[in-house]
Amino acid sequence: MSRYRFLDGAGMIFLAVVLAMAALIPASNLLLPPDSWLHVPDHMVPLLGKYLAFAMLALALDLVWGYCGILSLGHGAFFALGGYAMGMYLMRQIGPRGVYGNPVLPDFMVFLNWTELPWFWLGFDHFWFALLMVVLVPGALAFCFGWLAFRSRVTGVYLSIITQALTFALMLAFFRNDMGFGGNNGLTDFKDILGFPVQAQGTRAALFALTAFALAGSYLLSRWVVTSKLGKVVVAIRDAESRSRFIGYRVEHYKLVVFTLSAMLAGIAGALYVPQVGIINPSEFAPANSIEAVIWVAVGGRGTLVGAALGAFLVNAGKTWFTGVLPSMWLFALGGLFVLTTLLLPKGVVGLITDLFGIRRKSELPAPTAPAAPAKAAPAE
Amino acid sequence: MRLIGLRGATLGLLIAIATLLGGPASPASADPVDDALARFAADKYDETDKAIEGLVAASAQNGQAIFEAMSAGRLLYDPESKTVLIKDAGGALVLAKTGDPAPQALAAKPLKTVRLNNRVRRSLEAASGAFALQAPDPQKRIGAARAIFKTREPTALPAIEAALAKEKDASAKQALEAAKAAIILARQDAPEADRIAAADIVAAVGDQDALAALRTLPANTPPAVKQAAEAGVASIERWLGVANVVQDVTYGVSLGSVLLLAAIGLAITFGVMGVINMAHGEMVMIGAYATFLTQGFIRDYVPALSGASLILAIPVAFLVAGAVGVLIERTVIRFLYGRPLETLLATWGVSLILQQAVRSVFGPTNREVQTPEWLQGSVSFLGVSLTWNRIAIVLFAMAVFFALMLLLKRTSLGLRVRAVTQNRRMAASMGIRTPWVDAMTFGLGSGVAGIAGVALSQIDNVSPNLGQSYIIDSFLVVVFGGVGNLWGTLVGALSIGVANKLLEPFAGAVLGKIILLVAIILFIQKKPRGLFALKGRAVEA
Repeated sequence: MSRYRFLDGAGMIFLAVVLAMAALIPASNLLLPPDSWLHVPDHMVPLLGKYLAFAMLALALDLVWGYCGILSLGHGAFFALGGYAMGMYLMRQIGPRGVYGNPVLPDFMVFLNWTELPWFWLGFDHFWFALLMVVLVPGALAFCFGWLAFRSRVTGVYLSIITQALTFALMLAFFRNDMGFGGNNGLTDFKDILGFPVQAQGTRAALFALTAFALAGSYLLSRWVVTSKLGKVVVAIRDAESRSRFIGYRVEHYKLVVFTLSAMLAGIAGALYVPQVGIINPSEFAPANSIEAVIWVAVGGRGTLVGAALGAFLVNAGKTWFTGVLPSMWLFALGGLFVLTTLLLPKGVVGLITDLFGIRRKSELPAPTAPAAPAKAAPAE
Repeated sequence: MRLIGLRGATLGLLIAIATLLGGPASPASADPVDDALARFAADKYDETDKAIEGLVAASAQNGQAIFEAMSAGRLLYDPESKTVLIKDAGGALVLAKTGDPAPQALAAKPLKTVRLNNRVRRSLEAASGAFALQAPDPQKRIGAARAIFKTREPTALPAIEAALAKEKDASAKQALEAAKAAIILARQDAPEADRIAAADIVAAVGDQDALAALRTLPANTPPAVKQAAEAGVASIERWLGVANVVQDVTYGVSLGSVLLLAAIGLAITFGVMGVINMAHGEMVMIGAYATFLTQGFIRDYVPALSGASLILAIPVAFLVAGAVGVLIERTVIRFLYGRPLETLLATWGVSLILQQAVRSVFGPTNREVQTPEWLQGSVSFLGVSLTWNRIAIVLFAMAVFFALMLLLKRTSLGLRVRAVTQNRRMAASMGIRTPWVDAMTFGLGSGVAGIAGVALSQIDNVSPNLGQSYIIDSFLVVVFGGVGNLWGTLVGALSIGVANKLLEPFAGAVLGKIILLVAIILFIQKKPRGLFALKGRAVEA
């Protein structure tokens, strides 16, 4: 009955590329001599690792936006929460090596004259607990938020605006020193992770490989979700919410499952991001960051998963290049990207490639169309 | 004994003040001012004290300036000729007696500073106070009386009594009586009945200073006086509690008007047209920069109009922001009608471009927009003080709101806008050029945002990031009030503003804001279409 294959051509290529990166980049960095032209320089490894973490965030966003039609402008919040959970573990690993040498309290708490660890920091000295929180905290927030929002049928632009308000409120909250998350300095000065020094090249290469595996894993998971029966209902909700509800599906339950799953993936991406960049601070909650993540998905092509990851990689590589060469032009380029993508490339880079090469991919899901403009929608067959 | 610390010199000084204020100053034989000034040159503290006393007694015309210079260490003398000079804030030398510029010859001489010790400093303060108490301007006299009310300096009592005897102005008299009461309240040797009466007078003043005066009574105060003071404290606290709430509400209305101004343009583009304009904040920013440019132009070319430059900036800001709005609508938004999420992204891109463009042209730093004189200063009413520019913004926001209301309800453009909003195809069939109406409506919303920029330039930094700080709040106001309803925007803006200011004293500014955001998020769950939701089939379309 199913017309959707679990893995299509693009997915195969994507997995192959990501897994090849996971193997080749650490190998080239660690094994080849620095003067070899195939050698990946030391600073490139965490940079590429950062891109992969962003690609994972984009994947998570594509799951809700591309397949479920929920434009979340607050996914940066889930990413940052996952990052904070990992950052708290890394802070506890510093132990007595901080500036103040307190074996239990992180430096900023000593600085604020706190005498004991707040309750919500308990347990973060265990890696397994931190990992659990990386998934559970964003998941729980998304579940509560989604449960309220979807049940009362907040949709479309309204939902986008309140997700934006959510991440804005969290940003203000994390900027406060009394919250116990390091205020505007955030968490930094990490020493080691599971006993390995964070700064060491070997650890960085391992983190990179781990991020690549996580990206591949979340791709497989997302792909499994969207090709399952659940995925088909979710796409139906995206294209005709009322009709799906009248047919008898509990729309809010489906949305809630996808939204929570997506938030958990974003949390994992954040947790992989933090040890590689070495800092997490409240500006990660900034609404602008979340909107930027949306444009990665749009550039790559929403509703394709592969495109979202590709878009994250392309836009961030562009950002690195621009801020190095023409820093004042970056915002023009990013702004132009927002305008041109929405106007000229509604299906993104992946859609463009498909159109250019005339690839008829019967296995692919129909591209998302706006419900208000059904006449323009291309038929699926 | 600080309370009745009438030391020799001060006593003499106060007697001198009393004679001066009480009766007509007796004309001295030679020139008492010269006499007194000469004593400064003796370089002895006793003589300096007498010099101050002499100046007060002679009611020297330049006395206030001399005392000010002295306390700032700018009173100099020439040991040879015994001439006393003031070095003013700019460093120029003037003669102490007349305030005329000093001859060049003196400036070249080795001048010495008149030295101060604590005793002299006290006499100096009392003398300055006494001088201010007999200033010709009643406002100055009230200010001096208030200062004494605050310090409750017991040595000032004779000067106050003398001034009170002469005072004609009703409010100055009241201030003097309050100051007298504050001193008597703390005096051990005053009769008990007088002190109780004084407690009542002090309590009637009803501000923080009065509270301090009633609370800091000496330890051995009789119980009856203590009781009266406590009753006074209670009544003041009750009154201050009410005044604080009134103050918070007024500040809230002021904040609400700022939100209203920022959101009202959005209420048109988002509410009436259904277009999500994330670049709305940048329209406000453009309006603020238009104000900055207009002011600069008028200052350079038509300085005669500089007082009105803010008013002239209003149409300029409207036209500039409106033109940018029409441009955006024609080049970007019109291709995206019916696709709200895409519009959101595209306009976010436009906002990034506009910000960076302004940053490239004007630089990233804040630009100074001047406040015209007629908006400076503040007005105090029932213990609540408000600056004029805040009041002006409240009035301005209301004026813009009702003008817009009138435009939508009473003009042909408004009729067309409403027709297109309600049923685009029917309106087009009736001959309305819907694309033109779209462009005009978007231009109108953007222009109103530009006007908001004129007002916000008065209270916020004019920088490329100006718009960013308002965009989330503006959207929340519109969504909270109910989309497509200007009244909803008004009520939404004012209630968010007032709630924000009422929360601040309990929760602090940041936490208050967070609570409010969470409250709005929860409210939208309850009423997804805002306070004043539109009803009917058009809503679901």
